[in-house]
Amino acid sequence: MSSDASRLGFYLLLAPILLWLVVLIILPHVGLFVVSISEKIGPREYEIGMGNYAAFFQEPLFWRTFARTAIMSILATALTLILGFPIAYYIAKLTQGRTKTTLFLMCMIPFWVSELVRTFGWMILLRETGVISNGLQALGLVSGPVEFLYNDAAIMVGLVYTSILFMVVPLVTTLDSLDNSLIEAGYDLGGSSTAVMREIVIPHAMPGIVSGCIVVFMLSLGNYLTPILLGGKDSLWFTGMIYTQFITRFNWELGSAFGFLLLILSSLVVFLGLKLSGQSLSETMGRS
Amino acid sequence: MKTAFVSTVVVASALSMTAAQAETLRLLTWGGYAPEEVIAMFEAETGHTVEVTTSNNEEMIAKLRATNGGGFDLAQPSQDRITSAQEEFGIYKPIDMSRVTADQFIPSMLSATAANTTFEGEVFGLPHVWGTSGLVVNTAMAGDVQDYVDLCDAALAGKVSYRLKRPTLIGFAYSMGLDPFAAYGDTAAYQDILDQVEAKLTECKPNVKTYWDGGDEIKNLLRSGEVVASMAWDTGGWQLNADNPDITFVAPEAGALGWIDTFVLPARGRADDAAYDWINFVMRPDVAAMITNTAGNFTAAVGGDAGVSADLKARYQGSFDQAAIDNIKWYPPVPAGLEALEGATLDRINAAN
Amino acid sequence: MLPAPPDLICRDITKHFDAFRAVDHVNFEVPQGSFFSILGPSGCGKTTLLRMIAGFQEPTSGDLLIKGKSVIGVPPNRRPVSMVFQHLALFPTMNIGDNVGFGLRQRGVARAEIRRRVDDVLDRVGLPGVSARRVDQLSGGQKQRVAIARCMVLEPDVLLLDEPLGALDQKLREHMKVELKSLQAAFNTTFVYITHDQSEALVMSDNVAVMNKGQFEQIGPPQEVYHRPATAFVAGFVGDANTFEAKVTAVNGSMLTLATQTGAQMNVSAPQSGFDTGQRVDVFLRPEAIELVASDMAAQNGDNISPGTVTSVLFNGANSALTVRDTATGAMINVALPQTGAFAGIGTGDTVYTRWDPTKARCYAAPGVK
Repeated sequence: MSSDASRLGFYLLLAPILLWLVVLIILPHVGLFVVSISEKIGPREYEIGMGNYAAFFQEPLFWRTFARTAIMSILATALTLILGFPIAYYIAKLTQGRTKTTLFLMCMIPFWVSELVRTFGWMILLRETGVISNGLQALGLVSGPVEFLYNDAAIMVGLVYTSILFMVVPLVTTLDSLDNSLIEAGYDLGGSSTAVMREIVIPHAMPGIVSGCIVVFMLSLGNYLTPILLGGKDSLWFTGMIYTQFITRFNWELGSAFGFLLLILSSLVVFLGLKLSGQSLSETMGRS
Repeated sequence: MKTAFVSTVVVASALSMTAAQAETLRLLTWGGYAPEEVIAMFEAETGHTVEVTTSNNEEMIAKLRATNGGGFDLAQPSQDRITSAQEEFGIYKPIDMSRVTADQFIPSMLSATAANTTFEGEVFGLPHVWGTSGLVVNTAMAGDVQDYVDLCDAALAGKVSYRLKRPTLIGFAYSMGLDPFAAYGDTAAYQDILDQVEAKLTECKPNVKTYWDGGDEIKNLLRSGEVVASMAWDTGGWQLNADNPDITFVAPEAGALGWIDTFVLPARGRADDAAYDWINFVMRPDVAAMITNTAGNFTAAVGGDAGVSADLKARYQGSFDQAAIDNIKWYPPVPAGLEALEGATLDRINAAN
Repeated sequence: MLPAPPDLICRDITKHFDAFRAVDHVNFEVPQGSFFSILGPSGCGKTTLLRMIAGFQEPTSGDLLIKGKSVIGVPPNRRPVSMVFQHLALFPTMNIGDNVGFGLRQRGVARAEIRRRVDDVLDRVGLPGVSARRVDQLSGGQKQRVAIARCMVLEPDVLLLDEPLGALDQKLREHMKVELKSLQAAFNTTFVYITHDQSEALVMSDNVAVMNKGQFEQIGPPQEVYHRPATAFVAGFVGDANTFEAKVTAVNGSMLTLATQTGAQMNVSAPQSGFDTGQRVDVFLRPEAIELVASDMAAQNGDNISPGTVTSVLFNGANSALTVRDTATGAMINVALPQTGAFAGIGTGDTVYTRWDPTKARCYAAPGVK
């Protein structure tokens, strides 16, 4: 009797998760896949085929855009890690109490406004008649207006800014759990700062580094606003391409195929990243 | 004054709540086409309530396609984009002319739109607001820009902007001495034109600061002086002219591109009564003038220009002499499938370095 | 040829944290090869002192010499000292061999040589063949030995130990005390050991320093610290003691006659310092210094005899004790109860006589009053 009741309770608890998985994750993907394998042969006429997937590989424009998006995202992830690690280390190891909380909150403040507002903020700073350009002119460092916007570097700045919190949080958590005496032991045994960082701190922080990198990579890859608004005329981004297929080309079939390819290819990149860093997904998600 | 007005509205809508025909009109339109004051007047007069969603041509079609023509009761796409969308997706229902006060419409525009939006013998569109795309130029800094191809002048490097959309392809084609509308029926000829335009726009790319996307974006770029010449809508130029007399709309030598935004009924719209009421209401000359004053574009309403501000009329006349008006290239309906070719061309231009 | 200088010399070491003085003019020397303990309650400054020797903190003033050379300003990774941390601080991301070899790798020792020396030191601490294991596969005592091996492989001049036995259970702790002492003897390295556990300090050390409020109260061999505590704090902190507050009523040479507040009379021998009549003093008396006497007759013979009633028997094997209430004054005292003696079978409510030698008690001027 009681085991029946507890089993019922188990299924009741499981139901919301299952519902969420099925209704919000699995069903849309099934729908997406069904759309992606229909080829248009005339107005309101479709047949099943893999033509949309073939189009991705046959048209260099498409897969080059994907490659560009992936490479830029990996670069943004690396930059975010390089910038975020010292910040996280400082917050986790060199501050305490209220200072720590304050610094942590300051990292989060930009995320209290929407991504659009944040991106417009960068546009105000970087544009030709913007704050930085005017500031440099006022200081006499440059003779005329300088355009910082509408290039890949501006996209990179925007991506790193947008995602740095998602790197800092898991890093602070893992670095927090690193016993200070391990660092001291490293020094005590004759280790230099570099050796202590390389042999003790980074191996310990590895799960945080990997989970932070996965999140940042996915966020960058799936970003739409930042590349469009900051990148200007050369801002090809794969999500933008999917949007274009869906909205301005009315080509849902190709857009769906792109969506599926994005899912598969990004999973592949993450898988390769995990293999290269010698981490497993379960360990990464379990520990951080 | 204001409270009196508001309470009138409240009383009027409270009274009309009991009326059987009171409906909610879900309107899918462009920014500026449904000003607050017009909505308030309409609600007071008819008892209907209005919910406005602003959008653009592509998104209107995408939204209606996603719901098979549901979710909205009235939409306002451009006349050239109606038949192809109807052929592909079947998202509209025909207009019942008996319910439209036809004599409020300028007859020539009504018949032209009817002709352009006829699919399988049925009329799907009524004309509402019309305007043009052409050049918005800072005459003090780029006075030589008279045509679309002038945007590629090396003197303007980094100071030019246009949209990466189909009007740009069309405009440049005319400016290069081609006739894209004549080639609408011939895919091969049209592809040939697209290839020539693609080469030109790729060559022109270093001149471009950025491809603009929204009306506010291009106005901002022109106002700050970061962009001195652009291909844009006439209203944007006239609005900027009010702030800075140097900036204005210029009708290109090859001809401005004329568009007419219409009324269409989504296939699964529920409030047809309210939709027809809205159409007949906003085509009244006084209401049409109010819309022109906010949107900046003229309407297809008879006598609709009478109440328009003198400033706007002056700017319009400054940009368009009779020859320029005669030279406007009105978009014919886009045959289904052409947009896919244009899309590929636009993608390649975007990817070019 | 001059004799070798002590391995570690602290001269007038002081450490301030803002207004708080954690370590206050501490002086000591540790000869080569000896086991030196610093014993004190938590917060007495012993950890700060150890961290200054290791180099994690710099003294506010004073000098630190290791093998005769000042190490002030030398960072921890350049000091010839190694430290065993309280929770051992073994690197969980490395196996045992890499842990022990960490220091050698930092010195750039060849890989084969590292392997040889790691195996060798693991052998010496009695853990041959564990190199490939993970840290969490070892027991508490084994980790302890690995932590020591990780330091000893570097052949430090001084090994610092920060209460490393604190996390172990009682039985293992007793065992590790003996083992640490024998490891120290085997390596013949100078150990500086801090603890708040007097038994650890007394069992293992050649010399014990008792620390309180940033200062050393006494330095000496364990027996001396136990039997001849220099201050009231040492007498109270090291070992168990009955304490009485009393007033000097008569001085007869080195023999004092005292009266407690409850009215009991006692005689105490205090040869070391001159007390005056009327002065208030604190008296410390070890439980094992008190003798139990069964009969009234025997009780007549000697000093400081009083009758009492057993109020409780605290059986704890060799450390068993009695609580006795003095019949005359009502004062409670603890008395050691040897399990081999005639009183092994004593029970609550029995009447006994207690007797103690005046030379066994320690007498100190009460604080704040001269």
